[in-house]
Amino acid sequence: MLYNQPNPLEVRILSRRFGLPNSHTIETYLATDGYKALEKAMGMTQDEIINEVKASGLRGRGGAGFPTGMKWSFVPRQSPKPKYIMVNADESEPGTCKDRLLIEYDPHQMIEGILIAGLAVGAEQGYIYIRGEYRYLIDIVDRAIDEACARGFLGDNVMGRGKKFHLATHSGAGAYECGEESALLESFEGKRGVPRIRPPFPAVAGAYQSPTVLNNVETFCSVPPIILQGGAYFAGLGTPKNGGTRFFCLSGHINKPGVYELPMGFNLMRMINEVGGGMRNGKKLKAVIPGGSSCPVLKADECDLAMDFDTLAKANSMLGSGGVVVMDEDTCMVKAALRIMRFYAHESCGWCIPCREGTTWLRKLLTRFHEGQGTRSDIILIGDLARNMLGRTFCPLGDAAALPTISIVEKFTDEFEAHLNGEPCPYDKTSRLVTA
Amino acid sequence: MTFSPELEARFEKFLAKYPADRKRSAMIPMLIYAQDEVGACTDELVNEIARRVGVTPLEVSEVLTYYSMLHRKPQGKYHVQICTNISCLLVGGAELWEQASHKLGIGHKQVTADGRISLEEVECIGACSWAPAVQVNYDFYHDVTADQLDKLISGLAAGKAPEEITAVKKVNE
Repeated sequence: MLYNQPNPLEVRILSRRFGLPNSHTIETYLATDGYKALEKAMGMTQDEIINEVKASGLRGRGGAGFPTGMKWSFVPRQSPKPKYIMVNADESEPGTCKDRLLIEYDPHQMIEGILIAGLAVGAEQGYIYIRGEYRYLIDIVDRAIDEACARGFLGDNVMGRGKKFHLATHSGAGAYECGEESALLESFEGKRGVPRIRPPFPAVAGAYQSPTVLNNVETFCSVPPIILQGGAYFAGLGTPKNGGTRFFCLSGHINKPGVYELPMGFNLMRMINEVGGGMRNGKKLKAVIPGGSSCPVLKADECDLAMDFDTLAKANSMLGSGGVVVMDEDTCMVKAALRIMRFYAHESCGWCIPCREGTTWLRKLLTRFHEGQGTRSDIILIGDLARNMLGRTFCPLGDAAALPTISIVEKFTDEFEAHLNGEPCPYDKTSRLVTA
Repeated sequence: MTFSPELEARFEKFLAKYPADRKRSAMIPMLIYAQDEVGACTDELVNEIARRVGVTPLEVSEVLTYYSMLHRKPQGKYHVQICTNISCLLVGGAELWEQASHKLGIGHKQVTADGRISLEEVECIGACSWAPAVQVNYDFYHDVTADQLDKLISGLAAGKAPEEITAVKKVNE
């Protein structure tokens, strides 16, 4: 069962099997070009595979947008230690719900991508770190791994070509921070999910201090189409330096929320109006979080732009993880800022003081503000506190908390001012935030 | 400490996934699956997992306190998790949370007196495009309405299993 109807504007490359009967099974996968990219990659050199991925313009789909081919090329060819492929399926960025679908509907596409990554860097073992809440997906992937083993795509003699590759799932246990690559590796090793200082990066010292390729689910799923149809084809689907399609998770005040696969660089206003069915109840657009809660918000008049990494960066925001959260004119931006900050304060691992203290104090300040107890100087203090977190933490969680806060307090200062003088929230009279 | 044969088989599989000198990697997966069977990460369970992965019980405790899904005290038979993060908040997640808390007379991370239901206000569970979303144990419920939540909770409280409550269906198979 699909969770939302597809849209005719979609370009369904990674989602081409979504909706097919038993799309998660190896039979359906094999009947629809499944494992043909692996077959092709078997006949390619390591450099040829990496160059094809480089040519595709594929950039990491987890949020940072680092070029995938380049990441793979950082793995040393000669290593006395075993190399690992690590899949980040710890999807937890608020607004993001795409990896769930890629795993649920087409787990073999991900497995094939992992296998090709293994060939590219010379790894013989992969792990899929899946967030604990996605238990049913762990079961789906475990079954898919068993199927792939039974058909000889995984194991000691992959496709009878004498190469080894083993793959296993690994359950998380509830922690947003473990989606950060170095915290994920700590967690994978059976420790608290606290980030590591870098360098060295995972490509050199990742899982068990061994060379490790660590990518998001969607990134791995992009690999089979790239190998099969060529890097140039994939690159051509998107905009320059932003190859391919992207899963956009539309949520919030729109008529047709859903996950849609669209070409990189798709216009955000068209996304809201033509794919998302426009604003609910005929309301006006106020703001959009373009790529998950870590991204600076865009005001309505900033939303006529191409959704790719570079355009969003130019607009002082980020494409992030593809979570597009749409907010209408009745939304209280102070409340939005508070809810986002509550999340980061809850999820801060506490390792670095600027993040641990910064998120906690910002949560307190924003709570007080939303309750009508804020002062004019608090508006400045909120911005100052957030700016002082930037770049001062081991991992990006500090920045992820600070950036949306700064953008909201700067772009919606008037709404903060409207909360002064002990008045109840002028935008949001019906519901109150709970403070669990 | 003894576990069911199914859990023992699972443990064996888990321990075989990682290099022989890296058994500690199995700790968190073992804890979460064992907790499902035992009901909580009890001292006895912590000691047992520590023994099996070759670390001290203190090291296991240190790890388990970090993770929000691992808990020292038992939850209800049905752990109702309501997301109020940004996407759910925009379409009524906070109201669902208040409704559930009011109806059950319990708050965040509390359990009903009969031990059947526990409640948790959770962070993003990855159902943003089908918000507001609720999880009961490991099952997902999408686009949940106030009426559906009311029937789900009443049904669970009255002794029904989630599958017997027809007003609302989990989306995962």
